[in-house]
Amino acid sequence: MDELGPAPPSSEITSERHYLRRREFLRNAGLFTATAATVAGGLRFLTSGRRVTDRKGKDAAAPTALDVAKRLEEAGGEEPTPERDVTTYNNFYEFGTDKSDPAAYAAQTLRPRPWTVTIAGEVEKPGEVDVDQLLRWFPLEERVYRMRCVEAWSMVIPWVGFPLGDLLRRVGPTSRAKYVQMTTLLDPEQMPEQSGRVLDWPYVEGLRIDEAMHPLTLLAVGLYGKTLPAQNGAPLRLVVPWKYGFKGVKSIVEIRLTETEPRTTWSLAASNEYGFYANVNPAVDHPRWSQATERRIGDLRRRPTLPFNGYGEQVASLYGGMDLRRLF
Amino acid sequence: MSAPAAAAPHAAARPRRGKPYPWLEPGVLVGGLGPLVSLAQRAFQGTLGADPIAQALNELGLVALVFLVASLACTPAKILFGWTWPLRIRRMLGVYAALYASLHVLTYTVLDQGLDWAAIVKDVLERKFIYVGAATFTLLLPLALTSTNGAVRRLGFARWKRLHRLAYAAGVLGVLHFYLRVKRDVAEPQAYAIALATLLFVRIAIALRDRAEAQRSPIK
Repeated sequence: MDELGPAPPSSEITSERHYLRRREFLRNAGLFTATAATVAGGLRFLTSGRRVTDRKGKDAAAPTALDVAKRLEEAGGEEPTPERDVTTYNNFYEFGTDKSDPAAYAAQTLRPRPWTVTIAGEVEKPGEVDVDQLLRWFPLEERVYRMRCVEAWSMVIPWVGFPLGDLLRRVGPTSRAKYVQMTTLLDPEQMPEQSGRVLDWPYVEGLRIDEAMHPLTLLAVGLYGKTLPAQNGAPLRLVVPWKYGFKGVKSIVEIRLTETEPRTTWSLAASNEYGFYANVNPAVDHPRWSQATERRIGDLRRRPTLPFNGYGEQVASLYGGMDLRRLF
Repeated sequence: MSAPAAAAPHAAARPRRGKPYPWLEPGVLVGGLGPLVSLAQRAFQGTLGADPIAQALNELGLVALVFLVASLACTPAKILFGWTWPLRIRRMLGVYAALYASLHVLTYTVLDQGLDWAAIVKDVLERKFIYVGAATFTLLLPLALTSTNGAVRRLGFARWKRLHRLAYAAGVLGVLHFYLRVKRDVAEPQAYAIALATLLFVRIAIALRDRAEAQRSPIK
């Protein structure tokens, strides 16, 4: 008895009833945990969308630094939205409809180099140009712009690019050129969701020629001083700061000057919700939500949306005499 | 006399046959808190994405819809497969649906709109999907408030049951709310619509069969 040490007090002895049920108890504890984990995991699977994965390596083209010749601040001195938010919260349906999809998938399949842009339609000098050649044609500028999404959120983004007008002047629009149509790459291997039918592919956007020639209208090749990440529309995208973000067609392969108004993707998908002009306008609500206010990414409170996204002084004259309620 | 006496202690020590699956209710109760814990954790870590309010709003709304559809699946599961265990968690699923719907509404009114009641009223009246969402919530509230045993007694079972058929209306409105909200990709709301339609179909088919049988039955 001494070798075994003192006997445990009787109060610590497991009762026979519980001793005999220990297996059942353990099994029930296990099944309880499994049930709770299944319910919680199932809910997470069904409701939280896909996670933003941290991208490391394996990218077809990691962003590289760009030489910027001059800077233009056009966001009223506001602090730019953090780069992480700009590059992980994107609408780029070619890679999925979730905001985190483009950051998770675009860099894995999109090959932004080599990249050819076709200049076509009503121009004196049609042809094809490599995107790196395009970058050498024009000095790159940094432009800090507000970006207002049609979904009522907004960002401040330091783009790098050159005015679309500079390119148009170089290729020489003919007298019949009234509009500029821009088209995204069509290649389901590089853009897997083009196999689906969420939208009519390829994505097409367009501007009236005077809008396209406006000095604020930018062809962006980078942001935050580096080449565009795939999810932001590498290697070349449109930025029109006084219009809703969906006008900013990404990964452009063709710029075509036309005599007639281009049939643009969102206006074809839902003509009562998305117009050709898509100027930011707090007075014209989206049929399903208000455009009067917006949330700047990073802010808690909403702020009033400004006409033409605050660029009215520069661009309102383009629309003199137009009924912007009808031509939204 | 001696034989049964000797057997008695052994019989008493045998596991008592309680209800089956005693882990079911606590498991669902704890698991149902998962989305809330996960949201709180990600909000605390700042990993809810660039627009955390929109993310929380969407997740809470969808969790509410999942619970609502799951609660509506309990009775059909009992009828089709003869399982009784879904009925034991039906109330809990329904109350969870109301809880997450309340958090969804609070996120919208307090965090998203900053309690700007003029804007909220305008939203509810002018935006179809918010109107439908508000209607859904209005239907869910009385159901949650009458989910206690006491409420069943006070109302009487027949009336209570009739009232709680509103859960189906809430389910239909909830799916419609989701459907009207998405910009373009309707696959997910469609999946919920199909699930709900299937459940509703089972209930109606069973009700029609029961009525036909009742008419044929000699007892009037």
